Amino acid sequence: MTPESAFDSAALDNLLAAPLVLAIMLPLLGSALTTALPRLAPLLGTLIAVGTAGAAIWTTVAVWTRGPIHLVLGGWDPSLAIALRADGMAAALVLMANLVGLAISVYALGYFRAPDRAQSFWPLWLLLWAALNGLFLAGDLFNLYVMLELLGLAAAALGALTGSRDAITANLRYLLVGLVASLTYLFGVALLYTAYGTLDIGLLSSAIAADEPSPLDAAALTLMVAGLAMKSALFPLHFWLPPAHASAPAPVSAALSALVVKAAFYLILRLWLDLFEPILDLSASMLLGLLGAGAVLWGSWQALRAERLKLLAAYSTVAQIGYLFLFFPLLAATPPGPSRDNLLAALLLMALTHGFAKAGFFMAAGLVQTNAGHDRIDDLGGTAQRLPATTFAIALAGSALIGLPPSGSFIGKWLLMQGAIETGQWWWVVVGTLGTLLSAAYIFRVLSRAFGLEPTPIKFVTDARAEVPALMLSLVSVAVLGLASGPLWTLLGLNASGGGA
Amino acid sequence: MNNSLATLLPGLIVLSSMVPGAMIFLVREESHLLRTVLNLFGAVLKLLLVGVMVWAVWQGNELESRLVIAPGLELVLHADALSVLFATLSTVLWLITTIYAIGYLEHSPNRSRFFGFFSLCVSATVGIALAGNLLTFVIFYEILTLATYPLVAHRGTPEATRGAKIYLAYTLTGGLLLLVGAVWLRTLTGPVDFVEGGVLSGMPPELHGQLIAIFALLLAGLGVKAAIVPLHGWLPQSMVAPAPVSSLLHAVAVVKAGAFGIVRVVYDVYGVTFASELGLLAVLSVLASVTIVYGSLMAMTQDGLKTRLAYSTVSQVSYIALGASLLGPVATIGGLVHLVHQGIMKITLFFCAGNYAETLGVHKVSQMDGVGRRMPWTTLAFTVGALGMIGIPPIAGFVSKWYLGLGAVEAEQHWVLLILAASTMLNAGYFLPILYRAWFRPLPEAWPKEHVFDTRFETMGALLWPPVITAVLCLVAGLLAAAPFSPLEWAQLIAKREYGL
Amino acid sequence: MGAQFLFGGVGVVLFVLGLWSFLVHAPLLRKVIALNIMGSGVFHVLIAVAYRGDTAPPDPVPHALVLTGIVVAVSATALALTFGGRLMDMDKDGTDDA
Repeated sequence: MTPESAFDSAALDNLLAAPLVLAIMLPLLGSALTTALPRLAPLLGTLIAVGTAGAAIWTTVAVWTRGPIHLVLGGWDPSLAIALRADGMAAALVLMANLVGLAISVYALGYFRAPDRAQSFWPLWLLLWAALNGLFLAGDLFNLYVMLELLGLAAAALGALTGSRDAITANLRYLLVGLVASLTYLFGVALLYTAYGTLDIGLLSSAIAADEPSPLDAAALTLMVAGLAMKSALFPLHFWLPPAHASAPAPVSAALSALVVKAAFYLILRLWLDLFEPILDLSASMLLGLLGAGAVLWGSWQALRAERLKLLAAYSTVAQIGYLFLFFPLLAATPPGPSRDNLLAALLLMALTHGFAKAGFFMAAGLVQTNAGHDRIDDLGGTAQRLPATTFAIALAGSALIGLPPSGSFIGKWLLMQGAIETGQWWWVVVGTLGTLLSAAYIFRVLSRAFGLEPTPIKFVTDARAEVPALMLSLVSVAVLGLASGPLWTLLGLNASGGGA
Repeated sequence: MNNSLATLLPGLIVLSSMVPGAMIFLVREESHLLRTVLNLFGAVLKLLLVGVMVWAVWQGNELESRLVIAPGLELVLHADALSVLFATLSTVLWLITTIYAIGYLEHSPNRSRFFGFFSLCVSATVGIALAGNLLTFVIFYEILTLATYPLVAHRGTPEATRGAKIYLAYTLTGGLLLLVGAVWLRTLTGPVDFVEGGVLSGMPPELHGQLIAIFALLLAGLGVKAAIVPLHGWLPQSMVAPAPVSSLLHAVAVVKAGAFGIVRVVYDVYGVTFASELGLLAVLSVLASVTIVYGSLMAMTQDGLKTRLAYSTVSQVSYIALGASLLGPVATIGGLVHLVHQGIMKITLFFCAGNYAETLGVHKVSQMDGVGRRMPWTTLAFTVGALGMIGIPPIAGFVSKWYLGLGAVEAEQHWVLLILAASTMLNAGYFLPILYRAWFRPLPEAWPKEHVFDTRFETMGALLWPPVITAVLCLVAGLLAAAPFSPLEWAQLIAKREYGL
Repeated sequence: MGAQFLFGGVGVVLFVLGLWSFLVHAPLLRKVIALNIMGSGVFHVLIAVAYRGDTAPPDPVPHALVLTGIVVAVSATALALTFGGRLMDMDKDGTDDA
C-alpha cells in the first residue's frame, strides 16, 4: 500500500464517519444552542432539523453505495470505545425517523405559536432526536442504554408539555415505567458482560454463537427483551402508552408513536437477530407472536371503542406494534433464503410505513383538534369537512394503517400472510385478517364523519405549513412505500432475485 | 407497433384518468370551467389511448407495462382481448357519464371531491381490466372500493352514510377474502401472470383440495362486488348515491369488476376445463342461477325505481357468471358479450331514472304515470333499455340470451334454459308495467317536484343526450352484432383464444 | 471470590426488592426510591463483575458504566420529582392549568 492510498483510506474513513457523527451531534448541539438562545429557538431548531435530516440522508446514501459502516470513535480498542454502526436496517430506520422528524419540525413551527411553548419544545425535541439517531446507530449495548434513557427522559418531558394534569399524570407514569424498563434492560446487559466481558454487539454476537447456550444467556435475553417490550408497548405491557400519547401535543404524539416506540422495537429486533438467534427455539418467538396477536386484536378493539381521535390513534399504535411481533415466529420457522429475506424486508417495510403513516395521522388529528377545539370523534363532522387536505391526510394514513393497497403495509401484510401459509402457521393469517377488519372499522368510523351537509370548503389546503407536512408523510406511506418497495431489499443487502415460493 | 409505446400504453391508460383526478381535488370549488376541462380532457385522452390499444390488440400485439414493487411482487398491466373488452366499455361509458354528471351535479356542493373520486374510480376499473396478475387485480380492486366509498356517501345525509357504511363493510370483507385467496394461491404457484387457458391444470392432484378452497375464497371475494346471492346486500343500499354514480359504478364499474374477476379466475387462472374437472363450474352455475331468479323476484316487489333497477342488476350481472360456468365457447361468448350489453342497457336505464328524478321529482314506479308524454325522449331510451333487458330482438340483450341458451345446449345443461325462460318472464313482469304506466296511463295533475329548464327539450341537454346515445348503442350492438369490432365479434375473439381454437 | 458473589447476590436481591416495592406501592416518592434501589442492585452486579482478584486492578469498564448509570438515575429521579411537584402544586391550587 502506498502512503498516498493509505491517506485516501483514512480520509475515506473520516468521510464515512462524518454523517453518522453529525446525525447524533448536530441535534445534541442544537439542543444546547436552543436552550442557551431561547428567542432564536424556532429558527435554530429548523436549521438544525434540516442539517440533521441531511446527515441522515447522507448516512443512507453511504450505506447504499458502500454497504454497512462500522466505526470506532477515538481510535480506542473496540471493547472499550464508543462504537457506531450503520447497516441497511439502521439506515432505513434512520432515514424514516429523520424525514418524519423534519416534517414534525416544520409542523411544530405552526403548532407552537406561543413563544414560551416553542422555547420549551425545541431543546427537548432536538434532544429526543439525538437520542433516536444515537439508538439507531449505536454499536454497543451500553451506549444503547444511555440513549434509551435519554430518549425516555426527553419523551416524558415533551409529552407533559401541555402542562395539564392528565398530561403530567400520564407522562409521569410513562417515565416511571420507562425507568423500570431500562433498568431491567441494564440488568440484562450486566449479565452479558459477566459472561462475555464485552459490550460490542459484533463481538458479542460471535462470542454467543461460539458458546454453548447457557442459563445466563437466557436470563439476559429475557431481561433485555422484557425491558424493551415494555418500552415498545407490547401487549399486555402497553397500558402506559394510550394516555401518554393521547395527551401530548400533536407533534410530540407523532414523534412518540411513530418513532420512539419504533426505536425500542428496533432494539428487540437487533438483539433477537444479532445476538440471540443461535440460542433461541421456536417457543420463545411463538410467545412474542402470541403477544403480538393479542396486541393486534386488543389494540384495534380499543381503538374502535375510543371516543377521542388521538386516543384512537394511540391504541392503533399498540395494534400496529403487534403486527411487527407477528413476524418473529415466522422468521424463526423460515430457513435462510429468499423467503426469509422477504419476511425481514416486509417487517421493516411495515415499521417504516407505520412510522410515516402514524406521524401523518397524528399531525392531521392535531390540526383537527386545534380547529374544532376538541377531538371527540362523534362531533368532528363539520371540522373534517372544512379541512379537505387534512381529512385527506387522515384517509391516506388510515388506509396505510389498515394495510390497504397501494400502501407499504399492504405489501408487508401480503408477505406476512405468504410467510404464514408457507410455514404452516396459518393462524397468523386469521389474526391479520381480523386486525385488518377492525382497523378498517375504526378508521372509517372517523372518515364517515367527513361526509355531512356542511357547506363546501373553498380551498383544498387551508393552512399549508401544518397541512402539507401531514399530507406528505401520508403520501409517502401510501404511494412511495407501496409502489416502490424494491430499494428496501437492496438497502438491506438482501437477495433481490428471490421469488418467494 | 413501437416497442416503448407497447410497454407504456397500459400504464398511460390508467394514469390518463388518475392524474387529472388527483388534480381535480385541488381545483377550487367555484372553478367550474377548469374542472370540466380536466374531466373531459382525461376522458377523451383515455378514449384515444384505448382506441390505439384496441387496434394494437386486434393486430395481435402484446402490450404490457410492468413495475417491480418488490422482489417477486410485480404490478403488471397487460392488454389481452378480454381486458380490452372491459377497458373499452368502461372508457366509453365514462366519457358519456362524465357529461351526464356535469349536468346532473350543476350547483350541487362538493363537486371537486366528487369528480376527483369519480376519476379515481375509472382509473381503478381500467386497472382491474388491465391487471395482468392477481396481485395487480387485488390492488386495483381495493382501490376501487376506496374510491367509490366517498361517492356513495357523497350526499352526506344519514341514509347516505349508512348506505356507504354497509357498502364498505361488504366490499372490504370481500376484498380481504380475495386477498387471502390470492396470497394462498401464490404460495402454491409462485409468481404467475394471467394466461389464456389457465395456469393451474398441471398442479399435482394432492393440491386439488387446496385449490378448491382457494377458489371458494376468491369467489367469495369477487362475489361480493358481483352481487351474487347471498352477498348482494350492499347493492340496493348503495342506491342512495347520486344517479351518475349509480349508473356508472353500480351498472358498470363495481359489479362488473366482480363479474370480470370471476371470468378472469375461471379462464385465466384455473382454466375453464380444469375448473370444470374440479367441479367448480357446477357450483358457480347454481349460484348464478339462484341469483338470477332471486334478483328478478325481488325486483318485482320494489316500488322505488332505482332499487328495482338495482335488483335487476343483481339478476343480470349473474348472466356473466353463468356464461363462465358453462363449459364451451358458445356460453363463454354469451357471458362475455353480456358484460358489455348489460352495461350499456343498464346505464341507459339509470340515466333515465336520474332524469325522471331530477326533472320531475319522480322516484317511484307508482309515480310514473304518463311520464312518456312529458318526457318522450327519455322514456323512449328507457323503453329500449327495458326491452333489451327482457331480451326482445333486435336489442343487444337478445344476443346475450341467445348465445347463453345455445351454450347451455352445447354444454348439455338443459336446465339452464329453464332459468333463462323464467328470468325472461320475470324481467317482463317488472319492466312491462313500468312501460305501460309511462306510455298509456294519464298524466298526473302535478309532478312531485318539477324542474323547468331553460331549454326547448324536455330536460337539460347534458342529461338528455347521454341516455339517448346509450340507447342507440344498445340498438346498434344488437343490429350490427356481426360487424367487425362489435362486442359480439370481440367476445368471439376472446372465446377462440381461451379455448385455443 | 466470596466478596464478588456477595456483591453480585446482594445486587440481585436489591433489584428484585426494588421491583417488588415499585409494583406494590402507589405513592410517587416510594416508587422513585424503589427505582433507585433497583438501580443500585444493577450497579452492585456491575461492580461485582469488575472484580478481578485481590491482586489485579479491577476492570474499568463496569466502573465507567456505573458512573454513567448514576448520572442517568439522578436526572431521571429529578424529572420524576419535578412532575410530582407540579401535580402537588395543582392539588394545592385546585387548578388544572400551567
